Amino acid sequence: MPEITYQGKTYPCAPDETVLDTLLRHGIEVPYSCCAGSCHTCMLHCLHGELTAPSQKDLKPALKSLKYFLACQCVPPQDLVVALPDDEDVYVSARLVEKTQLSPSVWRFRLETAVPVYYHAGQFLNLKNEAGWVRSYSLASLPTEDESLELHVRRVPGGQMSHWLIDNFSVGMHIEIEGPNGHCIYTEGEPERPLLMIGTGTGLAPLFGILRDALHQGHTGPIHLYHGVREPAELYLHDSLTALAQQHGNLHYHACHSCGETCTDMRAGRAADLALTEHPDLKAWRVFLCGAPEMVKQTRMKAYLAGAAMSDISADAFTAPEH
Amino acid sequence: MSTLFEKLGGEGAVDAAVDIFYRKVLADDSINQFFDNTDMEAQHAKQKSFLTMAFGGPNNYTGTDMRNAHAPLVARGLNEDHFNAVAGHLQSTLEELNVPADLVAEVMTIAGSTKDDVLNR
Repeated sequence: MPEITYQGKTYPCAPDETVLDTLLRHGIEVPYSCCAGSCHTCMLHCLHGELTAPSQKDLKPALKSLKYFLACQCVPPQDLVVALPDDEDVYVSARLVEKTQLSPSVWRFRLETAVPVYYHAGQFLNLKNEAGWVRSYSLASLPTEDESLELHVRRVPGGQMSHWLIDNFSVGMHIEIEGPNGHCIYTEGEPERPLLMIGTGTGLAPLFGILRDALHQGHTGPIHLYHGVREPAELYLHDSLTALAQQHGNLHYHACHSCGETCTDMRAGRAADLALTEHPDLKAWRVFLCGAPEMVKQTRMKAYLAGAAMSDISADAFTAPEH
Repeated sequence: MSTLFEKLGGEGAVDAAVDIFYRKVLADDSINQFFDNTDMEAQHAKQKSFLTMAFGGPNNYTGTDMRNAHAPLVARGLNEDHFNAVAGHLQSTLEELNVPADLVAEVMTIAGSTKDDVLNR
């Protein structure tokens, strides 16, 4: 069995075990989150040894050539010597230029970097603060329209990073960012196809970017956006989206809350349930799902069974566990 | 003389069939418990490999792979009825795509040839 050397000590791998599993099994604390190769939190630097192709899938070419890899995706065929990433290779510094409360629990953060970050609307960034806490946040901005990087942060009960961002991170301060990551984006072509977007909570953030990207690129087909929250007060972009829908005849904004009461211009019920009931045949639709992992998983299945092709379902589940 | 895979339309035919086939399988409550849906995209990719093989396309499947991959499912009760249900969905997928009957028969023969390995007999 291959062995992993980390900080001068060597740890044997079990059969079919990933580098991340080997380190964790030996009680080594390294950052990680989704364990599915999407969040990039567990990225390590290979100092010696050969990497597998899956362990470098989706990394930027520069990081690949520097032998960075994802520990959760690497079942090493032979011995590896690994280290934590060098921050200067991976992270860039961003300055907070605006922090605005949008609802009782959601804040909008706008960040700027000295060097432009090239991204697609709908991708996400990893933020790392001085304490070394890393969390993923989706971009709500549109690179062609917005000068800053916009993130929506919900105060998660017991969530260390969200509390720190909301309470301690103030305008003018800097934070380290890595990215962009993720594939939940609007792709050009076939502007007439209908789009179904379902987001719960701050799952609205990437959809707000993707939606404006689609409109910006001249999407002509109907766009149905369902934003689901518990309390109506958490429909944190209600006015902007209502206004946007008035400007664009093909955009239909469905504000959904599940608090059990009835309110005007809002829908009672869960966003995904309402969306799938109202659109039972999703053949030829493109579907975007963002938010709580369980909602994304169940809705992906339902959307697929309702006729959407697997390749037409894009999803961004919140993978980062808040501690 | 073109191969079965070419006659069926190659990879494009697999792509056309896989969504229909996997959807039928997932919707069938008699078998869907064997299809782990924690990672639907990975599962979908596996169905594509299976169809490529059944279509006579390039594949690296060996009998041992089939046995190993299905052994945990056999331990959970996978039997001939389940195998036949999946085969039935394959057949109806091909019919839905208007594949000529003689080619359907060839695909079903290849799929059927995996039965003993799949059921670990």
